[in-house]
Amino acid sequence: ASHEILNYMMHTLPLRGKVLTVDTMNANVKKVDYAVRGPIVQRAVQIEKELKEGVKKPFEEVIKANIGDAHAMGQRPITFFRQVMALCTYPQLLDDNKFPEDAKNRARRILQSCGGNSIGAYTTSQGIDCVRHDVANYIQRRDGGIPSDPDNIYLTTGASDGIVTILKLLTAGEGRTRTGVMISIPQYPLYSASIAELGAVQINYYLNEEKCWSLDISELQRSLHAAREHCNPRVLCIINPGNPTGQVQSRQCIEDVIRFAAKENLFLMADEVYQDNVYAEGCEFHSFKKVLFEMGPEYSSKVELASFHSTSKCYMGECGFRGGYMEVINMDPEVKAQLTKLVSVRLCPPAPGQALMDLVVNSPQPGEPSYQTFMKERTAVLSALAEKAKLTEEILNTVPGISCNPVQGAMYSFPRITLPERAINEAKAKGQAPDMFYCMKLLEETGICLVPGSGFGQREGTYHFRMTILPPTDKLKIMLNKLKEFHQKFTQQYS
Amino acid sequence: MQTVKGIGVRASLVCCEAGAAGRGFRLVLKPSLSGIHGDTMTENGCEYRDRVLTMDTMNPNVKRVEYAVRGPIVQRAVQIERELKMGIKKPFTEVIKANIGDCHAMGQKPITFFRQVLALCSYPDLLEDSKFPEDAKSRARRILQACGGGSLGAYSTSQGIEMIRQDIARYIEQRDGGITCDPDNIYLSTGASDAIVTMLKLLVSGEGMSRTGVMISIPQYPLYSAALADLGAVQISYYLDEDNCWSLDISELRHALQEAKKHCSPRALCIINPGNPTGQVQSRQCIEDVIRFAAAEKLFLMADEVYQDNVYADGCKFHSFKKVLFEMGLEYSEKVELASFHSTSKCYMGECGFRGGYMEVVNLDPEVKVQLTKLVSVRLCPPVPGQALLDVVVNPPQPDEPSYDTFIKERTDTLATLAEKASMTQEILNQVPGIKCNPVQGAMYTFPRIHLPPKAILEAKEKGQVPDMFYCMKLLEETGICLVPGSGFGQRDGTYHFRMTILPPKEKLKIVLAKIKEFHQHFMEQYS
Repeated sequence: ASHEILNYMMHTLPLRGKVLTVDTMNANVKKVDYAVRGPIVQRAVQIEKELKEGVKKPFEEVIKANIGDAHAMGQRPITFFRQVMALCTYPQLLDDNKFPEDAKNRARRILQSCGGNSIGAYTTSQGIDCVRHDVANYIQRRDGGIPSDPDNIYLTTGASDGIVTILKLLTAGEGRTRTGVMISIPQYPLYSASIAELGAVQINYYLNEEKCWSLDISELQRSLHAAREHCNPRVLCIINPGNPTGQVQSRQCIEDVIRFAAKENLFLMADEVYQDNVYAEGCEFHSFKKVLFEMGPEYSSKVELASFHSTSKCYMGECGFRGGYMEVINMDPEVKAQLTKLVSVRLCPPAPGQALMDLVVNSPQPGEPSYQTFMKERTAVLSALAEKAKLTEEILNTVPGISCNPVQGAMYSFPRITLPERAINEAKAKGQAPDMFYCMKLLEETGICLVPGSGFGQREGTYHFRMTILPPTDKLKIMLNKLKEFHQKFTQQYS
Repeated sequence: MQTVKGIGVRASLVCCEAGAAGRGFRLVLKPSLSGIHGDTMTENGCEYRDRVLTMDTMNPNVKRVEYAVRGPIVQRAVQIERELKMGIKKPFTEVIKANIGDCHAMGQKPITFFRQVLALCSYPDLLEDSKFPEDAKSRARRILQACGGGSLGAYSTSQGIEMIRQDIARYIEQRDGGITCDPDNIYLSTGASDAIVTMLKLLVSGEGMSRTGVMISIPQYPLYSAALADLGAVQISYYLDEDNCWSLDISELRHALQEAKKHCSPRALCIINPGNPTGQVQSRQCIEDVIRFAAAEKLFLMADEVYQDNVYADGCKFHSFKKVLFEMGLEYSEKVELASFHSTSKCYMGECGFRGGYMEVVNLDPEVKVQLTKLVSVRLCPPVPGQALLDVVVNPPQPDEPSYDTFIKERTDTLATLAEKASMTQEILNQVPGIKCNPVQGAMYTFPRIHLPPKAILEAKEKGQVPDMFYCMKLLEETGICLVPGSGFGQRDGTYHFRMTILPPKEKLKIVLAKIKEFHQHFMEQYS
């Protein structure tokens, strides 16, 4: 008996004695999931280590097609941007004649706006003044002259930061009055993760897969109506161009969404980080801000809107810099003061990211020395993406059992996969979502890492995966063919 | 909708929904002024729609958040700067922002080597440039090899670039006399603030009497109070001893904890060493006592050590909590849960804008660690330039390398200058009757106690202002010097302080101190 007591004291008690355990920790955090870097990616990283150690596998490399990380997949940074960043970082280079004048001018302008002329100084919490001015000018040009007030611009640590901040402001109430947030299914799981963490209520509205992932107002209506039974819907989030689905919403759709938000008293959050990634003929990016104002004062003076942009996507692909901004429209002035106060606690977004954002909105103009190279690089990146979007759709649609909507924009394909009954059963027996089961097998057999559709949300009984279109064209072709091969084999194996 | 012109007034026909029953049309004669936001016009009984997001509907925790370092006094300072720019005459020609620990803004120069490496990383074409030393180039190459696609622009893993975490682990081992550091216990973060908030978030749970309580010093750096308000956790204040150089009494910790147990579930103990705003460098004995206390009382220890290189006073030394914990033997080192925080913003680097930082977690429950890793993955990764900067900070030029001499000179000069300014600040302020300044043993601030005449206190209260805010506002308006009132950090009832940075260049600092002296004497006379 004393042996048991000793055992208990030595082993069980110390472990049980921890202050921070899964039982005592923040309950909301436990509910958070983020599939883009979830279990399948962890397994992919493990496999990479095994490969390094010399373990034999049916493939030589892991292809990380799970995340929208352009540079990791070989896309080159824009030369001009990196030149200016180097000049800002090490201003001695301003004396170096290897750098073009337009790069130097921008660097000087940014540095003059920084404390002590250094990007190592804190900036104001809302972001460097001259950058916000430049962002406002960019928005104004993009939106056909509709004014943008720099004071409505908040620079952020990537778009994710701004999105979470606004969701936080909006989260209030309890039980039936708890804030409900409308988000598309499928969605980018930052939204579901943040909603879980904040303890808000997620309100799903389904995009229409049969119609190219378009948005039906009747579906918005249905979803809102049902939600009102158990929460207080306050926000409507929309990602355009879409992630993971890649659709570029029509202008009509955007107007309808605005009308809906106005009528139903919803704060509109427009995630527009893929605004330059539009590939399909007949598709065009319409900013929510622009459409809102073109709809006249009845809407433009009323609808509360926050629009988000980032340096991570488009043609820049500068994910690691964590650059971003949001523009807030019609925000209550007192709430705006609260917002400014809230962001001040974290002092400021990274200054290099702010500088980079400045260049994105203030890129070389015709007549400037760097203009031609800049345009060439930009065009090359965007057209390569357009090619790969098309290629992906075409090849995947040749596979029986895979059905891929056109990749109209963004950086992903989100094809529907038909899984044999036996596979679904085996997955469930393993306690795995069927598309996770599928993707895991794909990973183990080919080294290709995708994210199962269950990580983004999908209609019951349907299965998908999200794959980026980012690998270099040749590698992408190989990847798509391996996928085709795998799917056919999988279908046979489980038929 | 129809816009009708009539009776010299432009009116809008507003369509109102009369509840669920259906629609009703009402004519509202409302001057249509675009640009008026949020006015709730109730005319003819028809209510204009209220905003969705108002003070009443917003997150109530956010309303409770305060952050004095960038609070109302700084907003007024910025306004004054604009007025000066517009040519408005004032009793001074510039605003001196001595409110925030921002070295570069106050003229401190970045470390050459660090900026060289970062420039090389940003624009790798420069690797061909003979103007850059080999040691800078080899570090840049190494960092880039660890980045996706060889680019700073790729996302890194959410915990931070593995190679950098390994370098940090080695740095910690060297700093702590060989005590092992596991790179897997290192999490890179967006400044130290990010990691501090993440840990606090993990720790917050329960409701009412079981709600997480977090112990923090008074005075404290208001990130803590702000984060606790935002998270809806309970702040448990423990008072530092002003009469004993802001040292920490275990009896005070004990007292604060006992009281707190009555109304919450105390789970964490936060300590800032070297201290902010108080500048004290805790003794080794004190650190041991705190560890013993945390062990006995089952508290998660959070050690904010961002000023670890900023130690000035003779006889003072930085002892990391990790080191002391392990030197106290297995009884403690296997049990006490500890998170230590560091940053690129302070010390001799002053690279605030890069938002570089890390935390080391010790004895974290493995399941909780999985949750932590999951949580940080949602924000993808900390800024990669900040990660790269951290790498060079923990991997600086060595004695046999080309950049070594310059590096050491720059580092030594910066730290020596800070030490001088710390000493000078303390001396000059202590000459002022009514100002009493504890030694600035470390960090970057002075937090002197100011005696305010009862008449001034009364006038402040009449204005609805906290007395030290009243004092600091007057100082700002009359001299252009921007400080932060002690009320922004916490202080014992009936005492008043301000926090001033020691960062302005020496000559300017002398002038600032002289002006404060003058102002204080004038203020005392005025309100006697």
